[in-house]
Amino acid sequence: MTKPAVTRYGMMGGIAILMAMATTSVFAQAAAQPAKIDAGDTAWMISATGLVLMMSIPVLALFYAGMVRKKNVLATMAQTLAAVALGSILWVAIGYSLAFTGEGPAVGTFERLMLNGMGMLTISPLAKTIPESVFMMYQMTFAVITVALVAGAVADRMRFSAFLWFVAGWLLLVYVPIAHWVWGGGFLATAGVIDFAGGLVVHLNAGIAGLVACLVLGARRGYGTDNLAPYDLSLAVIGTGLLWVGWFGFNGGSALSAGPRAGYAILATHLAACAGVLTWMVLEWWDRGRPSVLGMISGAIAGLGTITPASGFVLPWHGIVIGIAAGAICYWGCTKLKTKLGYDDSLDVFGVHGIGGATGTILAGVFAVAAVGETAGLLEGNSQQVLLQLYGVVATLLWSGIVTFVLLKVIGFFVPLRVRDEDERAGLDVSLHGESLQ
Amino acid sequence: MKLVIVIIKPFKLDEVRDALTAVGVHGMTVTEVKGYGRQKGHTEIYRGAEYTVNFLPKLKIEVVIADELEDKVIAAVSSAAKTGQIGDGKIFVYDIDRAVRIRTGETDNDAL
Repeated sequence: MTKPAVTRYGMMGGIAILMAMATTSVFAQAAAQPAKIDAGDTAWMISATGLVLMMSIPVLALFYAGMVRKKNVLATMAQTLAAVALGSILWVAIGYSLAFTGEGPAVGTFERLMLNGMGMLTISPLAKTIPESVFMMYQMTFAVITVALVAGAVADRMRFSAFLWFVAGWLLLVYVPIAHWVWGGGFLATAGVIDFAGGLVVHLNAGIAGLVACLVLGARRGYGTDNLAPYDLSLAVIGTGLLWVGWFGFNGGSALSAGPRAGYAILATHLAACAGVLTWMVLEWWDRGRPSVLGMISGAIAGLGTITPASGFVLPWHGIVIGIAAGAICYWGCTKLKTKLGYDDSLDVFGVHGIGGATGTILAGVFAVAAVGETAGLLEGNSQQVLLQLYGVVATLLWSGIVTFVLLKVIGFFVPLRVRDEDERAGLDVSLHGESLQ
Repeated sequence: MKLVIVIIKPFKLDEVRDALTAVGVHGMTVTEVKGYGRQKGHTEIYRGAEYTVNFLPKLKIEVVIADELEDKVIAAVSSAAKTGQIGDGKIFVYDIDRAVRIRTGETDNDAL
């Protein structure tokens, strides 16, 4: 009776020692070789990549198509689809290399041109626990949705061929440099500007580009006089719900690991969306007498876009404060500022993403908590961070605004940016694509 | 024979059909239409953009009846379609010269 017990204890002791040795060696390896693929992180990042790609196709297509008129539904969906297809190929060919290799202040290197040198086991120094292929693709989904977002500002009137040129040019000349500045080790990253998941790179960038694009193209025919009411807001509501869920991958995935920071980011994201919905709803109810469904979904997207840069740097409850700010400021942007200035940003890319992205980037500098993201904000006594964030906003605003303007003028020299007047009247579905909804 | 054209609020269709059936009308044609009268339209607001919708959705019912049913039909429709609110609709009555049931070749009142 005794002997087997001793043996058993002996075995257990041996196993414990072996386990301790194994653990020690794992730690030793981790210290000596920091870049090691982690299965948990990789699994989460593959899921997050899927979620963010879903945000473009079909979700952004649904969200946008629900807000245009019936005659332009397919053309609007075609823009998102084309942005994903063309943008992805360009990202692999050159975009990823220029955005995420090297440490030049303005732009990366040609080291990964056509993914040259990327193997199954290579790891980017920017994401040390997942395969480089996953990191590259995760970043790809951000690039393509950002270009697709811009299309909303010029919905109902942009020529499809001109849009394809715009996708290619804008991705490489605007998105890639800004992504490098902020996330690839460029001058904004070096300066200490924080942008967790794309307040600058995605939202402010797309918003400013959208504003410039709608000014260059001019207003829709009948803007301010005709009824341009959305075709089917139920599609936009479905789109919003799916965007909301996709945003967990967008912000949670930006932690680049399956850990507590991803958890915090997702919680802050969800709370900001909820606060955005309620704020816009209450303001519209008070201001216009009725809480519209379009208003509620706009508040959700405003909250989500605005928390994006702050999500992995703040406490979850800060999401509520940032969501309230987002709902209020974006409500003002979409209903008052736009009317006052008279530009026709069809689907409020500037009003929601531009204003939200800038607001969130600045608020990230206010609320950042060192214990969460290793950066302290104004509330923790680091007033410098707010100025840094403003610096990021101004740099993004200027580059995106100026290059978008020049790019559109150059494209417009070769291809008319707008469809012909009679084609706009007939609708882009039939005039550009030869199809229509019955 | 009379052709009675009735414009009603869409949600009143079932009540009007039941009332017509009760007074002996056995068939009708219904079309979805848009229009306005004294009700004018309403405004819709999309993120601050206000649109006036002039043409409101209505249903147009067409029934052809024997002359003697005219008053009963008008009374039945009037009470069934009425809400008392603006926009309840209108009733128009025309004379009809001739009617044929295509399947049997019956004519006029027999064809109704």
